[in-house]
Amino acid sequence: MATYDIAALKKGGFMKQKQKGKFSLRLGIVGGQVTAEQLAAVVEVANRYGHGYVHLTARQGIEIPFIDINQIEEVKAALAKGHIAPGVCGPRVRTITACQGMATCPNGCIDTENLAQELNDRYFGRELPHKFKFGVTGCQNNCLKAEENDLGIKGGLKVDWQEDKCIACGVCVKTCRTNAITLKDGKITIDPAKCNFCGRCAYACPTDAYAYTRGYILTFGGNFGNNIAMGEPIIPFIEDHDKLMAVCDATIRFFAEHAKPSERFAFTLKRVGFDKLAKVVREAYENA
Amino acid sequence: MADTIKADETVDITDVVCPVTFVKAKVALEELDDGQILSIHMNDGEPVQNVPRSIKDEGHQILKLTDNGDGTYDLLVRKVGD
Repeated sequence: MATYDIAALKKGGFMKQKQKGKFSLRLGIVGGQVTAEQLAAVVEVANRYGHGYVHLTARQGIEIPFIDINQIEEVKAALAKGHIAPGVCGPRVRTITACQGMATCPNGCIDTENLAQELNDRYFGRELPHKFKFGVTGCQNNCLKAEENDLGIKGGLKVDWQEDKCIACGVCVKTCRTNAITLKDGKITIDPAKCNFCGRCAYACPTDAYAYTRGYILTFGGNFGNNIAMGEPIIPFIEDHDKLMAVCDATIRFFAEHAKPSERFAFTLKRVGFDKLAKVVREAYENA
Repeated sequence: MADTIKADETVDITDVVCPVTFVKAKVALEELDDGQILSIHMNDGEPVQNVPRSIKDEGHQILKLTDNGDGTYDLLVRKVGD
């Protein structure tokens, strides 16, 4: 049997199994979206080369277990016909996860699908000291669990009450989960210290009396494995897409420069100080 | 002026929980003609947080929300479309 390089195979998404010569093949999936055509190719490969089943991973991935080491090239070719390719594991940028976002979800505040794709095109597979995970969620409901990622992105709305459209019905006051809104003498007041940008007031308002700007709420240094850490925010709300990307670039660069080999971002931040990242992120934000 | 709005029908959804709250309100709205007004009696908490939004998303016009001061609210809705 040919000798093989486990690290190289892992990079290509082939996870070594307990069973000698067998690999669980991880597929490259972006934001949890898989086309019917891709699924058909997955079915074909699982039936022909695997054991007729797939495993759905914790991060929106599909793995096809029991792929034989000697059939890897055939498997790749069969998958390519369905326009799907192996994913990655190991010390690099991993699968970009995302909820469905505003394309279909009534609560979605941002276009998570396209953002996940953009992040994937920009960073997927990039070599780093350790794994690095992005997660994109469309709103405060946080279906995608943004804070458990090394860099979590959550959509939000920054709202602005328009007095001329308001009928003082009070629906927004009740809809707000952080009690940020008060209605007195027909006038709405929003407490900026309490508003979490969830956008429920704007979406619920019967007369669309809230103008809003879509934006991103970022958290840094989360993980959810051997160690559990919740990502922490630095900038409350990023409206500008280019600034978002500049902050993501700066964060990845910071991790590449400061992390020791095999050190997750949360530990790097603990060791070198979260403030150091905060400074870099703010600079990237200001200068973009 | 808003106080003078008179409901053509009323429906009490305090006896059901999500998602039946919205379903019951929706069924009551089905019974009305275009332009008629429904008063929906609902509990504080999830119903008042979610039902008005759902009614809006269905395309109806919300006119007023009244706090009854007893943990219930009345939502006045004008039916839009048949």
